[in-house]
Amino acid sequence: MITIDDILETNAMITENKLDVRTITMGISLRDCAHPNINQFCQNIYDKITRSAEFLVKTGEDIEAEYGIPIIHKRVSVTPIAIAADACKTDSYVPVAEAMDRAAKEVGVNFIGGFSALVEKGFTNGDRILINSIPQALASTDLVCSSVNLGTTKTGINMDCVREMGEVIKRTAELTRDQEALGCAKLVVFCNAPGDNPFMAGAFHGVSEADKVVSVGVSGPGVVKHALEDLKGADFTQVAETIKKTAFKITRVGQLVAREASKRLGVPFGIIDLSLAPTPAVGDSVARIIEEMGIESCGAPGTTAALALLNDAVKKGGLMASSHVGGLSGAFIPVSEDEGMIHAVATGSLSIEKLEAMTCVCSVGLDMIAIEGDTSAATISGIIADEAAIGMINNKTTAVRVIPVPGKKVGDTVEFGGLLGYCPIVPVRNQYSSEAFIARGGRIPAPIRSLTN
Amino acid sequence: MKLVVTVVGKDRVGIIAMVSQILAENNVNILSINQNILDGYFNMILIAEISGSKIQLVDLQQKLKESGEEINVDIKAQHEDIFNVMHNI
Repeated sequence: MITIDDILETNAMITENKLDVRTITMGISLRDCAHPNINQFCQNIYDKITRSAEFLVKTGEDIEAEYGIPIIHKRVSVTPIAIAADACKTDSYVPVAEAMDRAAKEVGVNFIGGFSALVEKGFTNGDRILINSIPQALASTDLVCSSVNLGTTKTGINMDCVREMGEVIKRTAELTRDQEALGCAKLVVFCNAPGDNPFMAGAFHGVSEADKVVSVGVSGPGVVKHALEDLKGADFTQVAETIKKTAFKITRVGQLVAREASKRLGVPFGIIDLSLAPTPAVGDSVARIIEEMGIESCGAPGTTAALALLNDAVKKGGLMASSHVGGLSGAFIPVSEDEGMIHAVATGSLSIEKLEAMTCVCSVGLDMIAIEGDTSAATISGIIADEAAIGMINNKTTAVRVIPVPGKKVGDTVEFGGLLGYCPIVPVRNQYSSEAFIARGGRIPAPIRSLTN
Repeated sequence: MKLVVTVVGKDRVGIIAMVSQILAENNVNILSINQNILDGYFNMILIAEISGSKIQLVDLQQKLKESGEEINVDIKAQHEDIFNVMHNI
């Protein structure tokens, strides 16, 4: 039996603490679309995406209205295009990205992910074509997101790809310079990428997934912060317990939305992603949770420990609330998408080095960080290599989504708009070069999994 | 299916009458009402059974919302399951 207090609590979470479901993402396999003629391939994928996701947005809106819970985005992820398009006789996959963009617009989704390649051990011809096509593909489309997985714990790190991705990011920034290098906000470089992640820019439909699945990404940092406001001075046992209970409630809503979406669309339920995804809106920030725990400004000593506790408690609370958990599942720390992070960077309490340390204990990695436009490709590759190494050694997903904004210097601010937010340029310690290290190429061998000191 | 209707706004004559009239016109049966006035603000939570009704939930929501706006109260109508899943294991 529901009580009045339960009803009031739930509605306060939605209206005052900005509880929402961040995304319903439909994963669609394109493995049955292969064709040597690229035009036919593009037609095949357009047809399959528009047929499969025809009712995705409408279903999302119906669920949103019926339960009174905002569902911010509806998205589609597809099989990594480097695999799906490998049979095409072509030297560019830009037309494929454009076909994805048209399909996404036709069905009305907010983003489509999967312009991706998995190259942790080496490149196929299709992988090379895809990586070379990324800058132009992101410049000539609006909704397409791209990702490249270049390392895993089982295989090590593909350092040739690390070198190339530094250059790809620079070229993407250059081609989208009139939009503050927005293309780079839709490009993420992974180590240990999961194949069932519903969040952008890194969503793709993994090769071991079913033909179609529906996955849900939850949100709710504002709800967690609000719950902690009543615990001033309480010890960490109580803090962890409260976060667990709150995460349970948030995730149950995600599970309800996923179950309904799966039933109404006739598509199997994939996973719930337990990530606490912030937005640039005030009151929807992961950084402010850390500060609520007693850190004066995010980035001060203690931040990594606070984030570790938060991340672990969210998983423990969320796990019991859902039948299948997957994706990235943790707290996100995207700088430009989190009002508290933006503030912490602007006041100088949060640096890129501290963010790197934070990525050791939470979801994903160096995310949505605007850096000076003249940062060299080798320095960006060095950042990618460091982040991939953290993921590889710690058996976790890490990623880099940095945006070298042409013409911008430390002290400037860039505006990406919408959920992508805005960001002061974050200083990078690049007075010393990583050039010779990155130029080596080859592979960093897979790490030993014992003697873990 | 049960519906949870929450009404919040400045108190005035006829709020309950209006809400219950819309529900009655659409054959929605009221199961419980909890209402009070806090600092001049009207708060009501009403649980109703909608299974016997022919109206689509979205249309009923729209009708309640629009009628609420006319008299400056905020009316939400939600499927009860969002509360059930969050608060019951």
